[in-house]
Amino acid sequence: MSTNVIPGNANKDVKLPIYMDNHATTRPDPRMIEEMMPYFGEKFGNAASRNHEFGWVAEQAVEEARERIAKLIGASTKEIIFTSGATESDNLAIKGVAEMYKEKGNHIITQAIEHKAVLDTCKRLEKYGFRVTYLPVQKDGRIDLDDLKRAMDEKTILVTIMAANNEIGVLQPIREIGALCHERGVLFHTDAVQQIGKVPFNVIQDNVHLASITGHKIYGPKGVGALYVRRKSPRVQLVAQIDGGGHERGMRSGTLNVPGIVGLGKACEIANHEMAEESKKIAALRDRLKDAIMGQLDEVYINGSMEHRLPNNLNISFAYVEGESLLMGINDIAVSSGSACTSATLEPSYVLKALGAGDDLAHSSIRFGLGRFNTEAEVDYVARRVVDTVKRLRELSPLYEMAKEGIDLTKVQWAAEPTH
Amino acid sequence: MAYSDKVLDHYTNPRNVGALDKNSAEVGTGLVGAPECGDVMKLQIKVNPTTNIIEDAKFKTFGCGSAIASSSLATEWVKGKTVDEALGIKNTDIVKELSLPPVKIHCSVLAEDAIRAAIGDWKKKNGATQNQAQPAPVEQRA
Repeated sequence: MSTNVIPGNANKDVKLPIYMDNHATTRPDPRMIEEMMPYFGEKFGNAASRNHEFGWVAEQAVEEARERIAKLIGASTKEIIFTSGATESDNLAIKGVAEMYKEKGNHIITQAIEHKAVLDTCKRLEKYGFRVTYLPVQKDGRIDLDDLKRAMDEKTILVTIMAANNEIGVLQPIREIGALCHERGVLFHTDAVQQIGKVPFNVIQDNVHLASITGHKIYGPKGVGALYVRRKSPRVQLVAQIDGGGHERGMRSGTLNVPGIVGLGKACEIANHEMAEESKKIAALRDRLKDAIMGQLDEVYINGSMEHRLPNNLNISFAYVEGESLLMGINDIAVSSGSACTSATLEPSYVLKALGAGDDLAHSSIRFGLGRFNTEAEVDYVARRVVDTVKRLRELSPLYEMAKEGIDLTKVQWAAEPTH
Repeated sequence: MAYSDKVLDHYTNPRNVGALDKNSAEVGTGLVGAPECGDVMKLQIKVNPTTNIIEDAKFKTFGCGSAIASSSLATEWVKGKTVDEALGIKNTDIVKELSLPPVKIHCSVLAEDAIRAAIGDWKKKNGATQNQAQPAPVEQRA
């Protein structure tokens, strides 16, 4: 494209490319960057240096960040352990609990549409003799609490279920899950990275014992995250997974990433002040996008519950159109697809497959993740580009042609062996 | 993933999109792939009964940009060739022409399959049997 300013809607212009992939990562908030900057420069001290000014300055910044994070999620400062991000937080929570409580039991419960950081951690524990139950999800993407009740036994030590899914944005009933765990004396960990900063999350009200947090999903920096570890009723203990200098009360050794932590703290503070208003605004933009697309195209399907969903997520399957070819047609817009062609494994999204959508619809899915910096003009531009491209690709699609001829595509004997 | 200029060109301006009368004796239809695999190609050829030259070709493809480009290119290449010459088109030729990366080689394989399926359908119609009694090509490709 020769010019990067394209008429959006009426007299408003949009700047291309448009970023609408906020479940992958978010643009760092300039206010956050500004607060981090001194800690890359003159405030370079090690927060563990107890006997000079440089260390004190760094330590004070870290403790202020800890307070801001704790405040956002209703925790106390001593319950916040800094990590390198959500993957590490998930690993520490699950492996740390498994190792600490292995005498008590060896059973862990999770669910099919967790992030790989949880699923692959559980798979590793299976190799070490732990028993893992992977609960299915219902058509709307939520687990059935009765399935969870049935899965629990006297050997269950941990339930790990995400707060909000990264692909379909569906919110799990964590409060009910937490209550059930509390009642049964089982620990409850939740990967809350997608929910925090978008939907209120409170570790006490939501009955959470461990929660994973990350900076870069909330307009903060990459490479920094935290794990909430409850200190009372119950007091959760963990076996550290990284050994060394005994930082973070022995739960996570390693010199603290002070600039990152400052940024994470600032991102949490902004979220705390602005989440209520911002989520309303983003939900309105999301609904505007949904209505524009669904008003102009037939046979588009929303994946997952609309009722129990993040305000910024829209995951849609466009029947008869393959996801990667759609992405290629809207290449001035950054979104993601569940199509196999966009993944390294050549497998379509396991999340959409778990909903029972069918592989064909998984291949046809697009995930829109709206965020703080999106505008109405951008939404209108995206809707128009998507509608035009889907129409064009349907004209190119033999499946659309067959469906229009009245052929039932599920009854066709396809020539290819489904090898994947 | 970055696409080659030729893939982008075929994706943006696909050649020979459309359909031919699948019931005509001169037309062969190939339908390959499966929706759950993320690729379905329909390639049709119209063959001159006296010269065996492919006079027209049309395609429709459900699939990624490389699949669309591979089938678009296949229609360009078969046109003007005799049926036997068209059978000589190899997927490796398509890979080379479009500079497909290793993960997209299956798109070229599918395009070669589509050419073979279309020619196979045409040969079947023009073999021993009457052309009117043929079932639709979709069911033939069991």
